[in-house]
Amino acid sequence: MSKIGVFICHCGENISATVDCERVAKSASEMEGVAFATDYKYMCSDPGQSLIKNAIREHHLDGVVVGSCSPRMHEPTFRRACSEAGLNPYLCEIANLREHVSWVHEKGEATTLKAIDIVKGVVEKVRRNKPLNAIEVPITKKALVIGGGIAGIQASLDIANCGQKVILIEKGPSIGGHMSQLSETFPTLDCSQCILTPRMVEVAQHPNITLYTYAELDKLDGFIGNFKATIRLKAKSVDYNKCTGCGLCTTKCPQKKIPSEFNEGLGLRTAIFTPFPQAVPNKPAIDKEHCNYYQKGKCKVCQKFCPTGAIEYDKPDEFITEDIGAVIVTTGFNVLKTDFFPEYGYGKYKDVITGLQFERLASASGPTLGEIRRPSDGQIPKKIVFISCCGSRDPAKGIPYCSKICCMYTAKHAMLYQHKVHDGESTIFYMDVRAGGKNYEEFVRRAVEEDHVNYVRGRVARVYEKNGKLIVKGVDTLLSAKPVEIEADMVVLATAGVANKGAEELAQKMHISYDPYHFFAEAHPKLKPVETNTAGIFLAGACQSPKDIPETVASASGAAVKAVSLLSQPTLVREPIIAVVNRCAPPMFSTCVGCFMCETICPYNAIEHEEIKDRRTGKVIKTVAKINPGLCQGCGTCVSFCRSKSIDIQGYTNEEMFAEVTALLNK
Amino acid sequence: MKLGFYPGCSLNGTAREYNESVKALAPVFGIELVDIDDWNCCGASAAHAVNRDLSLALPARTLALAEKQGFDEIVVPCAACFNRLAVAQYELNKDELLKKSVEKSIDMTFNNDIKILNVVQFIDKYIKDKITEKISHKFEHQVACYYGCLLVRPHKIIGFDRVEDPTSLDELMQLIGATTIDWGFKTECCGASLSIARTDLVAKLSCNIVKDAADRGAEAIIVACPMCHSNLDMRRPQIDEYVGKKISTPVIYITQAIGLAVGITPEKLGLQRHFVKVNTL
Repeated sequence: MSKIGVFICHCGENISATVDCERVAKSASEMEGVAFATDYKYMCSDPGQSLIKNAIREHHLDGVVVGSCSPRMHEPTFRRACSEAGLNPYLCEIANLREHVSWVHEKGEATTLKAIDIVKGVVEKVRRNKPLNAIEVPITKKALVIGGGIAGIQASLDIANCGQKVILIEKGPSIGGHMSQLSETFPTLDCSQCILTPRMVEVAQHPNITLYTYAELDKLDGFIGNFKATIRLKAKSVDYNKCTGCGLCTTKCPQKKIPSEFNEGLGLRTAIFTPFPQAVPNKPAIDKEHCNYYQKGKCKVCQKFCPTGAIEYDKPDEFITEDIGAVIVTTGFNVLKTDFFPEYGYGKYKDVITGLQFERLASASGPTLGEIRRPSDGQIPKKIVFISCCGSRDPAKGIPYCSKICCMYTAKHAMLYQHKVHDGESTIFYMDVRAGGKNYEEFVRRAVEEDHVNYVRGRVARVYEKNGKLIVKGVDTLLSAKPVEIEADMVVLATAGVANKGAEELAQKMHISYDPYHFFAEAHPKLKPVETNTAGIFLAGACQSPKDIPETVASASGAAVKAVSLLSQPTLVREPIIAVVNRCAPPMFSTCVGCFMCETICPYNAIEHEEIKDRRTGKVIKTVAKINPGLCQGCGTCVSFCRSKSIDIQGYTNEEMFAEVTALLNK
Repeated sequence: MKLGFYPGCSLNGTAREYNESVKALAPVFGIELVDIDDWNCCGASAAHAVNRDLSLALPARTLALAEKQGFDEIVVPCAACFNRLAVAQYELNKDELLKKSVEKSIDMTFNNDIKILNVVQFIDKYIKDKITEKISHKFEHQVACYYGCLLVRPHKIIGFDRVEDPTSLDELMQLIGATTIDWGFKTECCGASLSIARTDLVAKLSCNIVKDAADRGAEAIIVACPMCHSNLDMRRPQIDEYVGKKISTPVIYITQAIGLAVGITPEKLGLQRHFVKVNTL
């Protein structure tokens, strides 16, 4: 005869407002096998937990049912309490009276009866529960960081400085990301490259960091602590061991008119190229899509001129496999291009540019060496209009969210413009100025008060070209409430920050979730901001949502700590909710007949063959299935496929589940 | 092929030539347009600003009649009528209770699943593919296609063309040999019904449109809305006065342009009815 304790929680008023908790406890006390039942206002609190612990000791309970919130919330809490009182934690189960009852029904007789039924089902299950022990698995002490922008750089350095190994992969030929493209950064106006490039060098030189550029994640298998990552090292066509980075090849390459990605199409590059002078690694790669040799079969000019013989054509992509303990995804974001906006010219006006393009114009390393000159004719624009919220906060455009960084960078752009073009006139059309952040509002005020940037609250309906000018038609919605028309020389659109191309595909590769806009989803918006729903995979930076640099760096350090706290544990403790093949006395040994149907459908390759041998002769009596506890994820597919019902999930055995369901059916 | 036809008030009055040109064009492509018997006002301009129930009941009655008379599709050339009919259909399909109450006020029940086509959708669906073979006189002129505010709006209901930079009229005009200009006033407001209360404002707004088209060398402005047409055409003296010079760029309907291209006489298309004379096309 079992001795189950039933503990009904009021959850403040969350449960007790609709469910008669006292009555549930009283009914429970009359159930078969229940030795003790009570209710309490906050079962998860310290006195509540003590109540459970004392009852276990006093009544010698051999099972506990807590009627409370979802097991996702407090199952670990109550199991820990039971364990402290000497009860095997897997003999404690939750009857979900909040999400399944009180939150979804109105107060009334039926609601309380449903609560009683659910408790009864769980009591029946716990009566059959077996004590289980957590599984310990080893951890591979190495982290994989995907994406070499500021988030990836920060996360890699933080992990490496904790003494753990890091592999950093970057799909482009250099690390640095969007931050390396920026001119000055708000709110201090310090030069972006000056604060970034030393860290890029540190990454390259850190003994704990292995950097693979021009590399992408091909496949990710395994689970927390024990991932297996297949990485595609795209052929650079240059042997980096021989290359000295002298740059002679890039000056000789005959293909010179390729729009430079680093300069957002405002400058040109060659087919063999280093994206920018401060690149890390500072060695070139061949862009096969534009290379004469790869496209037309002849040229080889770079090979002719290379003093060290480093050029190697026709080398295939290489694949490497690495054992990994934790993954941090830092793949960043992008901004919409101007061709997304029909009302602003659909990308056909050269002098309507994006904010990121303006960064390149304002940057000392940019195509104009930091002079603000418009792309069409190289003239210095005397009148410039900035339009914020292009796409952002506009459900009609499919982007209802705020891109967060634009208010600040637009203020910065206008400020930089005023600093560089003294007789220039700048106007910003805005919806709201969202300058939340340390020294942010002060920065915007400086733009208005010291640099005389003209802020107009209202939207721009249309930009069109007339007689060489861009006519900006908008509205001033404040006191004057008048239509505004400005003849501008250049227009800068603060286009929405969007998820990077390929984000969806990458998420599916890693089995992490993403939101409707393809930004990766965190496990909890407040309390687990850098975790994903897949254990062992963390997020940082703007791949999650648009973020500015301080926020990106903070989240990167946060994710790094999470990764390090995982890697620094000696072993990993896993829930023992895995499948097992039954065993029984000879001559049966197991009801398993060795059909290995389970092997064909197991998604985790966890099914192994075990030979049962005669102890004396060593002869094989029968071959049965065995489940590798390290690989099994407890999905239960094999259980439903097993023809002889020889497999069970520990903690959710057929017997336990049938008992629970039968209890619910036979009222 | 028989389709239902809802002329609305404009096509019987100020936009007679629009009616004539649609009716002249359809048979060339083997389509018979049959007026919905006993149709009523769509409520445009006024009803939706003052009484929501009325603004839905008026178009609903027409839709119900069309359904009863066995039409699967109706053609609604007037942009305002089209907008009211499409919005009413959408709103009533969204709200069962509202539909019931409207059915009560019009004393008819209906499925509300008739397909409503504006003139551009009608041409796209039934005429576009056959235009090339029927062209006898290429329309080789430079034109500005003017969409106005209602033709492609509200987008979530109409789901046709691009809201901010529509191209459907341009594509049709290019198909019959015209060159279309890139300009900034495709969807700007013409002043609409302020034509009655504030002619000064209409003169200003319509002037911006006509002047930009003329400045960029358009030989004609192509429209698909009677309201736009009357403002750009009938209000031309006020526009001329506002701009201080005479602009002689004519305003013609898309159906007239296509009609000319397939060889229908100008008289049949009602081209002589415009205030700004159409001499050059």
